[in-house]
Amino acid sequence: MSGPTDPIGRRLPDWVATYWEQDLIKILGTLAVVYALYLFVGLLLGYDLFGQLNSLRRLTFLIVVYGIAALVVNLHWGYSGLFNIGVVGFMAVGVYTATILSRPVAGQNPTGSLPGFGVPLPLAVIAGVLTAAAAGYVAALPSLRLRDDYFAIVTLAFAEILRITFKSSELQEVTVFGWTFGTGGGRGIRTFSNPVRDFFETSGQPLVTAVETVGVDGRVVPDWSFVFVLLVILIGTYWLIARLSASPFGRVLKGIRDDEEATQSLAKHTSSFKIRAFVIGCAILGLLGIVWQGASSGYVTPDRFIPELTFFIWIAVIVGGAGSNTGTVVGTILFVGLILEGPGQVRRVVEEFVGLSGSVPTFPDALGALVGGNIDPLVLYLFDQTSALRVILTGLVLIWLLKRRPQGLFGNRQEIASSVDLKRLVAERRENKSGAQVQGGDGD
Amino acid sequence: MSLLHDITPEWFQDSTRIRAALFGAVLAVLLLDILRRLLGESLAPALLTGYLWNGLVFGLVIGLAGVGLSLTYDLLGFANFAHGDYISISAFIGWGSTYLVAGLGEFSPLNLFFLGVGDTVFPRDVGISVTNTPGAVIFGLVVAAVGGATVALLLDRFVYQSIRKTGAITLLIASIGVAFTLRFLIVFLYTQNSFGLTVGAWTYALSLPGGAVNISAPDLMLVTVAVASMVSVHLLLTRTKLGKAMRAMSANRDLARVTGIPSERVITATWLLGGALAGLAGFMIALFQGTINYQLGWTLLLLVFAGVIMGGIGSVYGAIAGGVLIGLVTRVSQIWIPASFAEAVGFAVMIAILLTRPSGIFGSDAL
Repeated sequence: MSGPTDPIGRRLPDWVATYWEQDLIKILGTLAVVYALYLFVGLLLGYDLFGQLNSLRRLTFLIVVYGIAALVVNLHWGYSGLFNIGVVGFMAVGVYTATILSRPVAGQNPTGSLPGFGVPLPLAVIAGVLTAAAAGYVAALPSLRLRDDYFAIVTLAFAEILRITFKSSELQEVTVFGWTFGTGGGRGIRTFSNPVRDFFETSGQPLVTAVETVGVDGRVVPDWSFVFVLLVILIGTYWLIARLSASPFGRVLKGIRDDEEATQSLAKHTSSFKIRAFVIGCAILGLLGIVWQGASSGYVTPDRFIPELTFFIWIAVIVGGAGSNTGTVVGTILFVGLILEGPGQVRRVVEEFVGLSGSVPTFPDALGALVGGNIDPLVLYLFDQTSALRVILTGLVLIWLLKRRPQGLFGNRQEIASSVDLKRLVAERRENKSGAQVQGGDGD
Repeated sequence: MSLLHDITPEWFQDSTRIRAALFGAVLAVLLLDILRRLLGESLAPALLTGYLWNGLVFGLVIGLAGVGLSLTYDLLGFANFAHGDYISISAFIGWGSTYLVAGLGEFSPLNLFFLGVGDTVFPRDVGISVTNTPGAVIFGLVVAAVGGATVALLLDRFVYQSIRKTGAITLLIASIGVAFTLRFLIVFLYTQNSFGLTVGAWTYALSLPGGAVNISAPDLMLVTVAVASMVSVHLLLTRTKLGKAMRAMSANRDLARVTGIPSERVITATWLLGGALAGLAGFMIALFQGTINYQLGWTLLLLVFAGVIMGGIGSVYGAIAGGVLIGLVTRVSQIWIPASFAEAVGFAVMIAILLTRPSGIFGSDAL
């Protein structure tokens, strides 16, 4: 039994490393470390209990929603070798379908908001998921004949076509066969009220009041409950993909990923497998679009579905390592905690303690001051540009990872197909021959 | 047995010829419709000519950028998703230099180089146009080309070189990282605002039935620069030793190496050439549109891919022809489809090409 090969596991003392082997410990351990960091930052900033709970809720929310998307990318890329960089497109299809269907019919809704078809929310959600799956089918069916890079270009173009369509002013409000509906164009569209929040405003109200008597802001109850609902979706997705990948279906997928022709020669109809894996992923993305972009904010605009979001989701997978569900979740926790939200946290702490005030609107201003020997404007400018900096940081992390550790933390895209691990056998033989010279493999 | 086979009819799956015929039939119907509209006077000849001229000019920029992308795609074996952002960053560097030269002495050099970000300098203050300040514009164009080449070379050294052997998809993923880093570096330096660049230049109004077609000095400069660069690339590839080495590597990399072609030097030259062409294209597209923002190259990227794929990867002439066709398609499609869908139409045409003939219209069948 050799120890863990991932860079975290290797650095741990032996007694911790044995626990580290377990997937749940990996996930919870990483989560605990990131939580502790955020609680510490909250302590530095003097947050009260509500403040701390709220900061953790925001963190957990982002981890969960990015986690679901990352698991889908892992199903597509890590297990099936489908290079989907149009992730946001399928989310958009899900949420727009559910929204347009569930908006009240013209004349039955308050004036000034866009009418729809008045379909009950649960049905609209199911329709949204199915439409996203259908969109996945449309995108994948013909594209499977294409090479990896062409498939990537097609999925990206597909997502961009959808975004342009949702954004176009021509579809902002249309009337077809007497039905008035629309996408809201660039201004976006009001979605539907969040059932979890609705519950706590009506029959769940006593719970909120109970929490308030303890002296905590009652808003934590509906907000955290919503995060738990999303968590259930995450766990469901994890379970589904884990079961899929361990099943005969999943083994065929991995076979396709590693060598499609060899798999075909075993009389597996590879296209059919790839399409099914792709469509399942797209259905989950549709649901994610509905709960993330629709339910959480009550409003959706086409600008939510920019390629940057797909890029972020991909990074989460690559940090954790494609081909490993556990790695994907751990990667998401690290990505959201450190790269996505980290710069903002650092900024808050520095602002609290350094006492810089004001704002420097442009880079030349900051540069000019720096030449004059004053570094403060540059620091202020950096603070103002946190959102740009985190994309730059993400890009740099990706490049660094690809150069240093392309398989990510727990990457597992190349598995051993035979019942005997030939690589290890060869390594052991070599070790026996040349004494103890051979280094422990990096687990490639 | 399988989902795929149940749903798609057999003739669609197997016969490339039938799909090509279908494609041709659609094209013929559209052309006939244009003719019908012209004769029925629901489409003014001036409008159609305007679309064609505009599409040609736009298409030449796409083609110019496409030559660079096609060369690197072919020689290095991966789709460089950062090519669009090479275009943007060199356009910013080039236009900053134009501003610097044109407004030096009147305004602060730092404000000029950063295109007056934060409303410190406005285009009308500097008064740049192709006809007013040709020197500054040409200087900026040269700087954009040099900037693009430098950016491409530096990124190869720092990012791509060490992972070149790990395969096309790793390189592709790395290029996505490079793309976002460059794009948001531009946001960091220039904010997300759009900058107006020029004041009105000399324009010739060609009067035709139903209106006039404006042919502007920037348009003419763009056509001249694009054609001149393309001819230069053609001469480089056919008349020089380097060009022959590049073509040899494109045809068979291993064979080229065995016969003693210095592959590293050829790769460096390819990046320099591709980057310089991206720089030229970036500067010219900003001139053509009259504005610049951080998404300049990104919005162009998929159209450039469309042109390159249409023309067949690796074919320089295919990239030019494909680019021009995509340019024409995005403009002429406005006869039927609202202008806000122009890009979407370009992407859709690309997907259609990929599905019917992934080796491109001018490419060989082998893929």
